[in-house]
Amino acid sequence: MTSGTTSGAVVALEHVAKRFGPPSSPPAVSDLSLTIPAGEICVLVGPSGCGKTTTMKMINRLIEPTSGRITIDGVDVTRQPAVELRRRIGYVIQQVGLFPHLTVAENVAVVPRLLRWPDARVRERVDKLLDLVGLDPAGYRSRYPAALSGGERQRAGVARALAADPPVMLMDEPFGAVDPILRDRLQNEFLRLQAKVRKTIVFVTHDVDEAIKMADRIAVLQRGGILAQYDTPDAILAHPASEFVERFVGADRGLKRLSLSRVRDLPLFELVTVHIGERREDVRQRLQGLAVLDYALLLDDEDRPLGWIDRHALDGVGPIERDAVTPDATLLQPESTLRDALSAMLLSSVQLGVVVDENERVLGAISVDEISDTLRAAVTPSRGSA
Amino acid sequence: MIEGQPFFRFDWLVDNLDQLARRLGEHLLVTSIAVTVGFLISFALALLIRRYPPVYGPILAVSGILYAIPSIALFVLFIPITGLSLLTAEIALVSYTLVILVRNIVTGLRGVPAEVIEAAKGMGYTDTQRLWRVELPIALPIIVAGVRIATVTTIGLVTVATLIGMGGLGYLIVNVGVQRRFPTATITGVVIVVLLSMLVDLALLALQRRLTPWAKAREA
Repeated sequence: MTSGTTSGAVVALEHVAKRFGPPSSPPAVSDLSLTIPAGEICVLVGPSGCGKTTTMKMINRLIEPTSGRITIDGVDVTRQPAVELRRRIGYVIQQVGLFPHLTVAENVAVVPRLLRWPDARVRERVDKLLDLVGLDPAGYRSRYPAALSGGERQRAGVARALAADPPVMLMDEPFGAVDPILRDRLQNEFLRLQAKVRKTIVFVTHDVDEAIKMADRIAVLQRGGILAQYDTPDAILAHPASEFVERFVGADRGLKRLSLSRVRDLPLFELVTVHIGERREDVRQRLQGLAVLDYALLLDDEDRPLGWIDRHALDGVGPIERDAVTPDATLLQPESTLRDALSAMLLSSVQLGVVVDENERVLGAISVDEISDTLRAAVTPSRGSA
Repeated sequence: MIEGQPFFRFDWLVDNLDQLARRLGEHLLVTSIAVTVGFLISFALALLIRRYPPVYGPILAVSGILYAIPSIALFVLFIPITGLSLLTAEIALVSYTLVILVRNIVTGLRGVPAEVIEAAKGMGYTDTQRLWRVELPIALPIIVAGVRIATVTTIGLVTVATLIGMGGLGYLIVNVGVQRRFPTATITGVVIVVLLSMLVDLALLALQRRLTPWAKAREA
């Protein structure tokens, strides 16, 4: 059993509704239909009372729908006993819910044991999973949950959910109870993990930023379990389907879209680079060749950026001196999000970003205008939108 | 006390070691039957309460009333029906354990964190598997705490059961010591009862620590 080879399963909800009271009571979920492609993260997001957790719990039948049908790879979830269904679906909750009387290894082994795997296979699987979530098996195997930090518990919880290699995972605000810095790290770790295991994940959160970061697709729910919009994060931010979605994703949805793209996604333009001692008239000439910019970039002896030189500082003749430079060039990495890039560029006096590699060698530049052009560029709504 | 005799006669103690051992044995037997039967009944009641929570109130009320009846009264209450028998004694002793044991088992089970139950359900435990593999192990420290109180209480009450002819250490204290005005027997009996209570309590505590190594990790 190797992770990465197993892909998720298609999860489909067809006209699913749930009422907790009599037929006259308001529904918790109303006529919800959505299809989650195999191997994708679908985030259910919405304000409290929107039925997102109820929707998720209907998939593993912790809550039974009042009407409608839910299928996994085309098979109705009611076709088998609920406990057997649940052993094939990973489950992670906010408070983790590790069993305090079992060691980390025993916790991770729970579902394999319920499925009566042979001992050797269970042991091998437990070590592999602890490794996968970044808990060294030798150090953590025989610890009790009480001796773990919040982040370690969360990782152990993810390992436990993945133990029997389920095609589908349900995650109910899994990173909701940890501090923001740790949350960010756990989110990144989880995304890297998901790139390897490719499960179909239903992820519930009330946090729009988390939804945008984690989702392949976002289902925005509003009170009463009504599906307000189901689309990719970018499409939802670019084209909110209703006023409700627009308000819910926030007035800064333009900026939020910027966190979905990275500097490397933009075409870089070429810079005129100069060294101290070069003749002004030569540099002027080279700048004229590239009419876009009013600045040249001054480099040090090892070709690392020192700062900008304004076109006007190049008047006259003679060698360029160090005091001609405006020393606050914004350096960006290809991996930076456009949101971070924009923020850095707005703070500097020259609103250009120098894109450098890990050795601070110049790759090119981007401008604020280029970023705002990206935002205006049309977004094609994805297939399968509601 | 008979005139001219020393207050405490060690020679009697030495001469009667076999009687002391027999009385201790009787005491332990009556106690263990009471605690075992009391535990089994309480466990069944606690499972009933787990399934149908509304019955908790009435069960607690009835066992509370039983607990409030003075022990001598409870012992003699059944004599017309069951005579001066072990059964009569055990009915009374078991009645006293119920309120302690039911309450502790239920409190233990209810103390299992909601997220642990939720995780267990979500991972596909059946109800019975969840009870035996998750809820009871986690409730164990509180359940054992109840057994300790019930056992120590019962050891004390068995002393009174000598009034309906059950022997035990109460026989030394009351029949030999008080009725024959022989303080040596009373003192010996009381000291053994106290030591027995403490030893059994410590033994149960040690057992609980052994069964729940994880609870220590939590305290640390």
